[in-house]
Amino acid sequence: MSAILTYLPHLLQGLLVTLQVAAGSFVIGLLIAIVAVFGWNFGPRPLRWFISGYVTVVRGLPELLIIFLVFYGGTVLLSGAFGTYVEVNALTAGICALSVVAGAYLTEILRGALLTVPQGQWEAATSLGLSRMTAFRDVVLPQMLAYAVPGLGNQWLVILKESALVSIIGLEELMRKGVIAAGATHSPMTFYLTVGALYVAITGVSTLIIGAADRRAARGR
Amino acid sequence: MSPDIFIKATPIVLQGLQLTLIITICSFVLGQILALPLGLARQANSPLLRWPAATYTFLIRGSPLLVQLFIIYYGLGQIPAVRNSILWPILREPLYCGIIAIALNSAAYMAEVVAGALKRVPKGQTEACISLGISRRHRFTDVLLPQVYRELLPNIGNEIILVLKSSSLASAITIMEITGVARAFTARTFAPFEVFITAGILYLAIGFAFTFLFRLLERRYGITGTRTPAPEASA
Repeated sequence: MSAILTYLPHLLQGLLVTLQVAAGSFVIGLLIAIVAVFGWNFGPRPLRWFISGYVTVVRGLPELLIIFLVFYGGTVLLSGAFGTYVEVNALTAGICALSVVAGAYLTEILRGALLTVPQGQWEAATSLGLSRMTAFRDVVLPQMLAYAVPGLGNQWLVILKESALVSIIGLEELMRKGVIAAGATHSPMTFYLTVGALYVAITGVSTLIIGAADRRAARGR
Repeated sequence: MSPDIFIKATPIVLQGLQLTLIITICSFVLGQILALPLGLARQANSPLLRWPAATYTFLIRGSPLLVQLFIIYYGLGQIPAVRNSILWPILREPLYCGIIAIALNSAAYMAEVVAGALKRVPKGQTEACISLGISRRHRFTDVLLPQVYRELLPNIGNEIILVLKSSSLASAITIMEITGVARAFTARTFAPFEVFITAGILYLAIGFAFTFLFRLLERRYGITGTRTPAPEASA
């Protein structure tokens, strides 16, 4: 018990990094998805193929493999560019990799949400003289996101848990702090259970917030 | 990128194929077996069944698989009672621990899906069975289960892909499956793109094969017109 208290500040520091990785990946992934959904619906045919290929391929690959590809691949690219060994920062590599993954899943979620926005909204917006881009950004997108809240929330929970994988490339987030504490104290069970409990706590709180957000987004529907 | 290394990487990555398939198939089957009683318990009338099942799925779905894997592989060994038990020869092996952890994880997600499908079976069917004098057991095995599992075929096909992807985590507990060998080979050759892309193509091929298999099963046994849209990620 006292061991937990000694390491608790470290674990909480790790928790902050976990939240950074998850939030960063979620926001970038969402931006990727918004652009991808727009491109999928209005882009030229090669772009559509590219986006649908991106979604299919990424969803079929293990997240860990993508993290390794970005981390080791990035290191090789940077080292080549600078001529000396440059290791990619694990935080950057983790956020990049998880953003790419989240982007693919979020594209699917937003595509589904886009279908729920009635066609008449497009017609009304264009007949008012809005360009397709403006109509998408100011009329359709906000409604789409409101419909997508449960799906977006689910994806947030997925990213929170996936962020633990970044510990394998050495980022000192919650999981990695747990591994360090477990190694130093020789009590893996204690620390992995504590780490697990902290994850359950943040996913539990997130679930409550998502529920509230969904009720708010669904008002008047 | 050099085509040379792609050719060299292929046999190396293929070395991991067998372990990836063993982990995927064993965890998937074990997970499906555990999911049924868990799903039934989630839907049970008795709170003594419902609460433990709900707590289990909440805890498993609320924490990362990597943590669960480490609790089983590294954590259990800390407890003397486990080390002295007859289960120790199993829990000492990373491969078995990997299979157990992924199966327990998959079972929790699948149990929620099974519980949802059980809930959707119309009440009238129970009444019809009772009025036809069908026994409780046959009501379960011949009426309820076939419907539930035929409806769930797309979800089950989706789950095996998720389990395939989860199997890559086994590399974190020293198992040299596809991701594990790819990482080790990268460390030696310093050619990450070639090696990981080869590994990625292999994962896509396995996933494609499983998807194809489940399409066939669906065409043969699925209920037409009820094909549920692909569920969102649930890792």
